[in-house]
Amino acid sequence: MIYRIISIAAFLIFAPLVGGLLSGLDRKISARMQGRIGPSIFQPFYDVRKLFSKQFIVVNPAQVFLIMSFLFTIIFTGCMFFGGNDVLLCFFLLSTGATFLIFAACITNSPYSNLGASRELLQMMCYEPAVLLACIGFYLATGSFNVSDIIQADMPAIVKTPGFFIAFVFILTIKLRKSPFDLSTSHHPHQELVKGITTDMGAKTLGLFEVAEWYEHVFLMGFVGLFFINKNPWSYLVAVIAVLATYFLEILIDNTSARVKWQVMLKSAWGVTLLVAGVNLIILMVV
Amino acid sequence: MGIVKRSPWLLHYDGSSCNGCDIEVLACLTPVYDAERFGIINTGDPMQADIFLITGGINTQNQAVVKQLYDQMPSPKVVVAVGVCACTGGVFKECYNIIGGADTTIPVDIYVPGCAARPQAIIDGIIKAVALFQERADEQEANQKGQKTENAALNEAGKETGNGN
Repeated sequence: MIYRIISIAAFLIFAPLVGGLLSGLDRKISARMQGRIGPSIFQPFYDVRKLFSKQFIVVNPAQVFLIMSFLFTIIFTGCMFFGGNDVLLCFFLLSTGATFLIFAACITNSPYSNLGASRELLQMMCYEPAVLLACIGFYLATGSFNVSDIIQADMPAIVKTPGFFIAFVFILTIKLRKSPFDLSTSHHPHQELVKGITTDMGAKTLGLFEVAEWYEHVFLMGFVGLFFINKNPWSYLVAVIAVLATYFLEILIDNTSARVKWQVMLKSAWGVTLLVAGVNLIILMVV
Repeated sequence: MGIVKRSPWLLHYDGSSCNGCDIEVLACLTPVYDAERFGIINTGDPMQADIFLITGGINTQNQAVVKQLYDQMPSPKVVVAVGVCACTGGVFKECYNIIGGADTTIPVDIYVPGCAARPQAIIDGIIKAVALFQERADEQEANQKGQKTENAALNEAGKETGNGN
């Protein structure tokens, strides 16, 4: 029990720091890949600090409430996960959070924002099968949906679930809003959507959105790490290395690919999920 | 405070220019000049922008657009006119449809002359704008604090009179 409370507290305090640093590292590495010097790795913190000091223009009074709900649902998801609870429940909560975000984008009058919201719904449709299959993969590999049981397994889940892992890393590109699947909003401006779902968010609403993204990234990276963790203490080190390698791979994909149309995203995401995770599922069920 | 200046986000609007200055503005973001090392992001969204970078003169059709973009930006904000057209109207000044430089429509803080303005000059202008942005942010924060203490003082006074009655 005491371990759960400690890990939840650690998540609440350190997740924004780790998430912000990961995001800063992302921008630095991206810049180096493009032959630029790039901003400081603390840049995301400077950005959020500035966003909170800007004048707040109210587009729709409900927007702040919805973004706050988005933030708190994401934080709660992370607390559930790092508290050792059910992974399925975590992802249901995460989807609820995403719904709040979609509402926040829908209630404004900006057509860019509305288009971003409908694309965000499409993205959810693309990544949900892989996410659910990954949870089922954990159940088949370790016999439990609970994080606290999964980390006590004899061998890491990745041994039995490499297909689920590949499918999850594939859809992670969608979740992290990276090219080629950055359809609903983009880290890079001046594209056909302006800023997609975040177009009508300015000042503190955008700041809250950024902080929520940091929490979400830490949760997702925690889930990637879960594939490698078992009762051996050294597996935590392996998990950290795997998480960093996965994040680097996502940055590499981001910098080497162009945005695709939603049809391609849907076909490729479902194709990879059915093919890789599906075959893995059949093997686990039969063998 | 000194931290707000590390994150200036730009909004770039092309008035009636020949596009020479616009290409130079985009050149600032390339690996050679890399404006992002100062935390600069070229955002397309006025709601998220701090510095309004305007190139080209104002004509009768884009005047309302420029005015609206300026109004949509949350304060503190700074306007930079890039290129001689945005400064004064330039070679197009005498045209029937041109009203003049950007300052005929919105208050301009920094003027970057040149035809086209060189990337070095543009970055220099942005850095000057960033200093001004910090100044205004500090002013705004001081004002907000001042208002808060004023309100608190008023509340106190209200309470005191309330108690007195």
